[in-house]
Amino acid sequence: MSDLVRLEKVTVRYGREPVLINVDLVVDEGDFTGVVGPSGSGKTTLLKAIAGTVRPIAGHVLRDRDAAVGYVPQVETVNWYFPITVREAVLMARIGGRVVPWPSRDDVRDAEAVLERLGLGGLAGRHIRELSGGQQQRVFIARALLRRPKLLLLDEPTSGVDVRTRHDVMHLIHELHHDGLAILLTTHDLNGIAAHLPNLICLNREVIATGRPNDVVTPSVLERTYGAPLEVLQHGGMPVVVDRIPGLEPAGAEVIPLREGHHEHPA
Amino acid sequence: MSTLLDPFGYDFFVNALLVATLAGALCGLIGVYVVLRGMSYIGHGLSHAIFGGAVAAYALDVSYYLGAGVWGLVSALLVQQVARRRTIGADAAIGVVTSSSFAVGIVIISVIGTFTQNLEAALFGDVLGVTVPDVVAVGAVTLFAAGVVFFRYRELLFATFDPEVAEVSGVNLAATDTLLALTLSALITVSMNVLGVTLIAAMLVIPAVIGRLLTDSFSRMLAISVGVGTVSGATGVYLSYHLDWPSGPSVVLTAALIFAVAYVFSAARRRAIPEAALDAHAG
Repeated sequence: MSDLVRLEKVTVRYGREPVLINVDLVVDEGDFTGVVGPSGSGKTTLLKAIAGTVRPIAGHVLRDRDAAVGYVPQVETVNWYFPITVREAVLMARIGGRVVPWPSRDDVRDAEAVLERLGLGGLAGRHIRELSGGQQQRVFIARALLRRPKLLLLDEPTSGVDVRTRHDVMHLIHELHHDGLAILLTTHDLNGIAAHLPNLICLNREVIATGRPNDVVTPSVLERTYGAPLEVLQHGGMPVVVDRIPGLEPAGAEVIPLREGHHEHPA
Repeated sequence: MSTLLDPFGYDFFVNALLVATLAGALCGLIGVYVVLRGMSYIGHGLSHAIFGGAVAAYALDVSYYLGAGVWGLVSALLVQQVARRRTIGADAAIGVVTSSSFAVGIVIISVIGTFTQNLEAALFGDVLGVTVPDVVAVGAVTLFAAGVVFFRYRELLFATFDPEVAEVSGVNLAATDTLLALTLSALITVSMNVLGVTLIAAMLVIPAVIGRLLTDSFSRMLAISVGVGTVSGATGVYLSYHLDWPSGPSVVLTAALIFAVAYVFSAARRRAIPEAALDAHAG
């Protein structure tokens, strides 16, 4: 295994506000890592720093120059009214190496193959807005895959989709990992996504903890990451985070202290 | 029949027709990027800024194309620069930079006391005054713009649709944006005599919007927009001869009429294919 990306003491600022502070991170070939943290904790900025679109004010981002990076943005950032078909969106990835506007036969063949593999065969001529949430997400994964990346960065790949679509998208990402891609994704979903990943980074501008879900999804790490007390149960060998708002339990519910040192708000 | 072909006997009309057709095609081509980048207002703003440049060129006794062109490019780059600061949106940046530039032009006119160029022609367009060098200038910029779009098609599309991922994928965003700004300011500089300061914005927007109404594909939108721009330019000038209307408004009204037809057609088509049917297909 060799490093695809190595971040050393990376600090990023937007204006005066530091967004990432002293972040150390290594992504190896075959890694599968989730980044969790509250809104504004620097998750997307971390992906952008790895992708090279955000420059740190301190520290270094070292990338394997031979390893292409595929980036899948949050679907919320996509302009769904842009006039673009699935085929046009996916073929965008084939940038450079060809001066004429139309794609080569190889480009078209590769795009068709990727679309077929991701279950989008037959939808190439559709406008991207005509697809379901899961299909839309897969279009942008297909575009990233057409770059033949070794590392796939996914920003909130399951935000705003229903449970079944989330399962489909996560199965697809797991398959891509099995095929040898290194995966780094951000998520807000601790139970539905993060707990199922081999490795997690808890981020709140700085790295709070890294490790397997069972090691880092703990009340103390989560409180340092999210700034709010969270309860963690075990279910089927996986941590389950209980997001209970003290003082707002339903009438008649048994009030259990979150953990030692934290007192319930009087009901 | 002879009445219909009469105008083609005049050199000035042939020049006018050529220049308006080319300017229409040019606006249709670049307008697609302007509209899709949400910068429809930039055509309006830049043409006012370039008016300032034209006046300054007159005051300094330098070539119109040089003065107005450089002024336009600097204004476009300033807009880009100001808009990149996240606290100020592109629309506000256009307002600040181009209105200031227009104001500079007005101040120069008041200081030098004269502006012998026909102000009405500058504002509303007058193809009767088009000379062969004007035709050559519009032709050269059309060729340049076509070359930019042809050879930079993928980069421009990617940077317009999804700048962030485009950059990850190796698109040089600053270079792409600067190339577009350069093309846009050249377009406005050479089209001002035909369409006028106040109407260039309409020709940048209307053909592109018609393209968007009629298709969901980027390449087809580009083709439709160029087609509508070309037809509007040619038809508008031809009608302006017969109706004795100023050329700019005549071209813009032709495009607006096509827009009305396209709008009705597009609305009828949408009623025929309800959203529910599309959703059902999407599954």
